[in-house]
Amino acid sequence: MDGIMSKNNSVYLIERNDNVYEVVIGLEVHAQVTSNSKLFSSSSTKFGAEPNTQVSLVDAAFPGMLPVINEYCVKQAIKTGIGLKAKINNKSVFDRKNYFYADLPQGYQISQYKYPIVGEGNVTLEMPEGQKQVGIERLHLEQDAGKSIHDVDPSNTLVDLNRSGVALMEIVSKPDLRSPDEVNAYIKKLRSIMRYLGTCDGNMQEGSLRADVNVSVRIKGSTDLGTRCEIKNVNSIKFMQMAIIYEANRQVDLLEEGEEIDQETRLFDTKKNETRSMRSKEDAHDYRYFPDPDLLPLEITDKFIDQLKSEIPELPDEKKKRFIDEFKISPYEATILVSDIDTAKYFEEVVAKMGKNRDMKLAVNWITGELFAVLNNKNIEIAQSPISAKNLAKLINLIKNGTISGKIAKTIFELMLDGDLDPQIIVEEKGLKQQSDPKALEALIDKIINDNREKAIEYKQGKEKLFGFFVGQAMKASGGKANPKLINEILKKKL
Amino acid sequence: MTEITSLSLFELIKNIKEKKISSNEAAKSFVDRSEKSKKLNAYVTENFENCLQLSKEFDNKPNFDLKLPGIPIAVKDLFCTNEVRTTAGSNILNNFVPSYESTVTQNIWNEGGILLGKLNCDEFAMGSSNETSFFGNVQNPIAKDLVPGGSSGGSSSALAANLTPVTIGTDTGGSIRQPASFTGTVGLKPTYGSCSRYGIVAFASSLDQAGPMSKDVEDCSILLEVISSFDKKDSTSIDFKRNNYSSELTRNIKGIKIGIPKEYRVDGMPEEIENLWKKGIEYAKDCGAEIIDISLPHTSYALPTYYIVAPAEASSNLARYDGVKYGLRSSGESLIDMYEKTRSEGFGEEVKRRIMIGTYVLSSGYYDAYYLKAQKVRQLIKQDFDQAYNKVDAILTPSTPSSAFKIGEKSNDPVSMYLNDIFTVPVNLAGLPAISIPAGTDKNNYPLGLQIIGKPFDEQTVLNIAYSMEEKINYKNNIIDWWME
Repeated sequence: MDGIMSKNNSVYLIERNDNVYEVVIGLEVHAQVTSNSKLFSSSSTKFGAEPNTQVSLVDAAFPGMLPVINEYCVKQAIKTGIGLKAKINNKSVFDRKNYFYADLPQGYQISQYKYPIVGEGNVTLEMPEGQKQVGIERLHLEQDAGKSIHDVDPSNTLVDLNRSGVALMEIVSKPDLRSPDEVNAYIKKLRSIMRYLGTCDGNMQEGSLRADVNVSVRIKGSTDLGTRCEIKNVNSIKFMQMAIIYEANRQVDLLEEGEEIDQETRLFDTKKNETRSMRSKEDAHDYRYFPDPDLLPLEITDKFIDQLKSEIPELPDEKKKRFIDEFKISPYEATILVSDIDTAKYFEEVVAKMGKNRDMKLAVNWITGELFAVLNNKNIEIAQSPISAKNLAKLINLIKNGTISGKIAKTIFELMLDGDLDPQIIVEEKGLKQQSDPKALEALIDKIINDNREKAIEYKQGKEKLFGFFVGQAMKASGGKANPKLINEILKKKL
Repeated sequence: MTEITSLSLFELIKNIKEKKISSNEAAKSFVDRSEKSKKLNAYVTENFENCLQLSKEFDNKPNFDLKLPGIPIAVKDLFCTNEVRTTAGSNILNNFVPSYESTVTQNIWNEGGILLGKLNCDEFAMGSSNETSFFGNVQNPIAKDLVPGGSSGGSSSALAANLTPVTIGTDTGGSIRQPASFTGTVGLKPTYGSCSRYGIVAFASSLDQAGPMSKDVEDCSILLEVISSFDKKDSTSIDFKRNNYSSELTRNIKGIKIGIPKEYRVDGMPEEIENLWKKGIEYAKDCGAEIIDISLPHTSYALPTYYIVAPAEASSNLARYDGVKYGLRSSGESLIDMYEKTRSEGFGEEVKRRIMIGTYVLSSGYYDAYYLKAQKVRQLIKQDFDQAYNKVDAILTPSTPSSAFKIGEKSNDPVSMYLNDIFTVPVNLAGLPAISIPAGTDKNNYPLGLQIIGKPFDEQTVLNIAYSMEEKINYKNNIIDWWME
């Protein structure tokens, strides 16, 4: 694609002829509430069950069936609102959004329209240029629909209602995002906050997190918003970014050709990497929203909110600040460690197990270096780490107290992977303890100097490069176990 | 001895408890009479075999502590009954057999009641004459080719014809009280939130209430006591302290203040209704009540308000009947085609009319002018009653602006049909309890009813006034079984 400038930071601009455009993005994220049962029924929400095995009479909209609000889901939404530093509304209303579809058993979706449970809030993003605030417009609770399956039976559409009635939080951002990178950071931050709170598992493969992406473009510097297009139901960050890039360029092309942008709903074709029109504004559904007469307005007392506030754990922003203050690590390191709640937990456990003589630098490097590499390779989460925080802390301590060298530690780390082995035991069994006895090392070095007299003389005559040769010989003779610091000292003295 | 079928519920219970009549004898009597009364077309689905079987089982292991010991009861076909077809009077549910039971009917079976059958009604309870039912007209036992009222027309007809000792109906805009008035029987619509809506096919959720229909006020109080309960499965069910309505029933209403709303004197109201009302006022005075003139200024807006709110909710409530999950499905070329054919063939004219009205008043651009405005007016109507109740304990009005009309007389004139609900609709909009009791007859000797409207949750006062006036009025239906061969 021509004309894209500056991709090395989060600024994303499109240049055409003499015009420079910026892209304006707002997201409507649909996050599945972590809850054992559905928003208005007691059916299970477990992922991956046989089709239509988790469907109650309420979910299938049988005659005379009535919705009853699941209090736990309400608490989850409020907690999420608190995590987004948002206003919790004391009164909210469930509305019916009316439309016909085979996987919508009631013929309407119960959602919140005029009066959402959570109002305005904000999220802080860590971008390379510094922090960026993204406004939250609202968060509301709604039911998920079922699933229409078109590709199993050649002549029929099949419907699976397992998802029908599952609680979703729709989190609507303000049009504050300006680049695919910011969208990436925003989704990850939202996900991180909800995982800290335990309100959404953020699993995009299972559809727990999806988004409608609103995209418009405008000449950089303009404060007017352009006509937007909404790209429906994108289920990965990568696809969101691809869709935004395609859509923004499509809109710029239109404007450059003097055409107007139609406000419309589009879908993203992941195979062709393009967005296509689903329906124009004229064809837009008239959802005929009105308050659901089966449900009373949801009234939430300040006491109830305060109680939930007291249950809120330390969130990523505060944790980061504490890590910097308490552990004296860099903001960059802290950002990495707090981005995922399990990583933060792991790190804190390592720190705790290291005890008094803890070495933060080592802890951060081992987690973000060796351990992350292993997790990446195996494509697993830190919660499934093959090495426990306790044993990693032991390994770090063995380095710190000089029992082993960093190089040997890497060998031991590899061995630990096979069943979370205790590094102390590996050191003992394999005899990998670092040789730090000066007398033994002196004898060893004496022998090496004796065996290589000519090189020793050359060194003394000024061929300093040969120092490395002697170090290598000493390490080799010790089987890699010699304390490199001592070797250096002794060699300097003897040569 | 009097015929078993003409006994009141109270007498029937007494006889069963005293072992003078067995449950099976009672069941047989009602089944026999029902079999001979098919011309009334009161039943949509009969449960006679089952009923006889269950009554035998009751007699083998009787429990006389129950409130309805072995009593056969037919119910409106809007209540979902486990493994017994439930149609709501509609073709679209023609083949629908629920796997669950409505809370209200469950309450009846829990107290020993036995299902006799499912009674005809207007389709989805939309109608005032039982003429919109897919299963055909119901005859009013009072006279041939007379409507029994609606929507609980099968219920009122079966009750007046002694095919069931009591019955239950649902009332969204008058569907219990108007048919009671047309058949010389008693019908009570409880306070909104008193009877659970769980398992009742929904028409307009914010207005629908189930209620008892009976031959007299005492029976009404017995049945109300059974069916009224707090139910967590209905979010609009209210957890208030319910009386023992039958044991607290009294004719002592001395000093009770009864309001007479001047706005209910509508233009063109037949003189006989006016006279009935005047007579009613005299009866109330005779009972020791104090009569006070009151004003309910927004009354004239009630009917238009109702015909916005009820269709709006109905248009959404009926969206689930789409041929996908249960009920009628017509085959179509595509999903949309299937929807169109299913709903065209499945719904009748009146239901379609109300879906259209409801869809219209909720559409964008019209919502504020119609639905939102109607909700505001509804609040004003409610406030009218609140203010009146600062001065009075109950309100007395006619139940309907006319007596029962002929089948076919109004079926092509929906507005004139809607006007039938003019006195009953404000009560639903305000969520209040109200009863209709037979109070006299018109020139054709057709029954006319009076309505007593109470304060929220004060069914007891409503029942007491009705009980007391009933004695003074001493109304008796004179039904000659004209439909039997």
